[in-house]
Amino acid sequence: MNLAVRCQNVVKVYDTGGQKVTALNDINLDIIAGQLMMLVGPSGCGKTTLISVIAGILDQDEGLCELFGENLLTMRSKDKLNFRAKNIGFVFQAFNLLPSLNAAENVSVPLIINGMKRAEAERKAITLLEQVGLGARWKSLPSQLSGGQQQRVAIARALVHNPRLIVCDEPTSALDHETGRNVMKLLKDVALHKDRTLVIVTHDARIFDFADRIAEMDDGHIVEVKGNARLKVKG
Amino acid sequence: MNHIALKMLMGDTGKYIGIVMGLTFASLIMTQQPAIFLGIMSRTYSFVTDVGLPDIWVIDPKVQFVDDIKPMQDTELYRVRGISGVEWAMPMYKGLLKARLLDGTFQTCNVVGLDDATLIGGPPVMLEGKLDDLRRSDSVIVDIDGASEKLGKPSLIPGGKPVPLKIGDNLELNDRRAIVVGIAKVTRTFQSQPVIYTTYSRAKSYAPKERKLLSFVLVKAKKGQDLVELTRSIRESTGLAAYTQADFKTLTYEYFMHNTGIPINFGTSVLLGFIVGAAIAGQTFYNFTLGNIMQFGVLKAMGTSNWILLRMILLQAVLVGSIGYGLGVGLTALFGFAMRHTILAFKFPWQLLLFSGAGISLICAFAAIISILKVIRLEPAIVFKG
Repeated sequence: MNLAVRCQNVVKVYDTGGQKVTALNDINLDIIAGQLMMLVGPSGCGKTTLISVIAGILDQDEGLCELFGENLLTMRSKDKLNFRAKNIGFVFQAFNLLPSLNAAENVSVPLIINGMKRAEAERKAITLLEQVGLGARWKSLPSQLSGGQQQRVAIARALVHNPRLIVCDEPTSALDHETGRNVMKLLKDVALHKDRTLVIVTHDARIFDFADRIAEMDDGHIVEVKGNARLKVKG
Repeated sequence: MNHIALKMLMGDTGKYIGIVMGLTFASLIMTQQPAIFLGIMSRTYSFVTDVGLPDIWVIDPKVQFVDDIKPMQDTELYRVRGISGVEWAMPMYKGLLKARLLDGTFQTCNVVGLDDATLIGGPPVMLEGKLDDLRRSDSVIVDIDGASEKLGKPSLIPGGKPVPLKIGDNLELNDRRAIVVGIAKVTRTFQSQPVIYTTYSRAKSYAPKERKLLSFVLVKAKKGQDLVELTRSIRESTGLAAYTQADFKTLTYEYFMHNTGIPINFGTSVLLGFIVGAAIAGQTFYNFTLGNIMQFGVLKAMGTSNWILLRMILLQAVLVGSIGYGLGVGLTALFGFAMRHTILAFKFPWQLLLFSGAGISLICAFAAIISILKVIRLEPAIVFKG
């Protein structure tokens, strides 16, 4: 059993104007490679902070967090950027596509960051857009696409450079139920395979059944980690 | 990443145009106002420029600028002629005299008296008639601007433009007749008064009776003569002031720079243009960066280094700076072209392009730096904050 993520005794404290807020309090979590892990819990429980630490875009104050055996905290800044560029794909709640770039250009951004030539990157991006069912819309600007289509472009962007980990922050919360489930189905079908791990932060109970495992958080702690077989969908 | 930077910039059309307009305005003010300033300042010594032949101007030591006439005795001319290294020395009269016009009104004119024999110091361009015609009795040559405007004859239509003076028309200078025998083109002077050329002896007869009437002694140095040495020699021998043409222009220019409010007035305009341009462009550019902060955050989270983000912002700043600068300079050039036949002073040397280029570069650097600081300090974790 390969571990994609291993967090041990992770602590993160925010200093908000002199007041200390403990966002992560002694987090211990293993995420198995090739699985879809959901982080769930109420607002402010620390889900987003944990996913930021896992993705290497926020440094924890204490503890160890390894991604594919690498400790990002001790990496040099340049190495960490390269590691992130090659190994991590992002899907955001608000899609965060660049509004002045068309779908193909948006999808090609991670490849260009990794040094690929623009023309080649855009060719590869169009192939990925075909996989997510948007091959005919590659010239469209984000403003010309529906919410579900934008999220599919964002998924293509997260996949295009073939990362080993994809982190998704509330990927369905801006979508209606049916579109949300379609997006999750797409994520599971296209994104997930034995060499790729998905970590999804959500409080959308309607998509819990897509998870292989669910870590429930509250007040900066992991309350419980459940396998899908034992899962009882709440709410 | 360059094309992404450019698409980000141009994708937000409103802000893009706002930044470019701010820089265009700054560039326009920083070129147009100094161009007018330089035009006005060049008029202060335009008379010296027009009298191109002599190497050295000999004047009373108390003279502060070219129009500050402190007459000398005619005998000074012969003293200067006697100095070694002088090829020739000619007298010149310059003074403000009132001309009586046909309708009975008076107009102050700049009367220039040239050496009777050689007519050295005459107008640079004759449009009608010949310089030699000044040898005819009571003859004068009038500059085209003066002839067309201030010295023009009353219009036949009430409220109409004056009828330009032409060859054969008469003027009255200090109750003496003056007949126009030529029309010349001269560079406009600071006071923009009509310029009337005549001979030295006739100018003295027009001028009110004074013991001293010699305004300048114009000196040509012998071939190979060191001008600095010759001016020193003239000063020591005569006790008068002697300047090379360039030094006399500088003396005049410096006088206006230090004794009038012109530089401070134009300097204030230029400074205001710079500040307003910097404020508009800087703030709009910063707002543009703030508006795109989430996009920069996404790029940062996906592995884009600060160095590449810095290059992207610099590219955006250089692009808007170049366009704004080009438009501003172009508008100034158009302004100058449109005003070329008017009384407005306008001089647009290449140094002004460098000056405004430096100003716009400063504004862009300022705008880019505040944006870059914001992006460099940006935590990529911002991307997960809705």
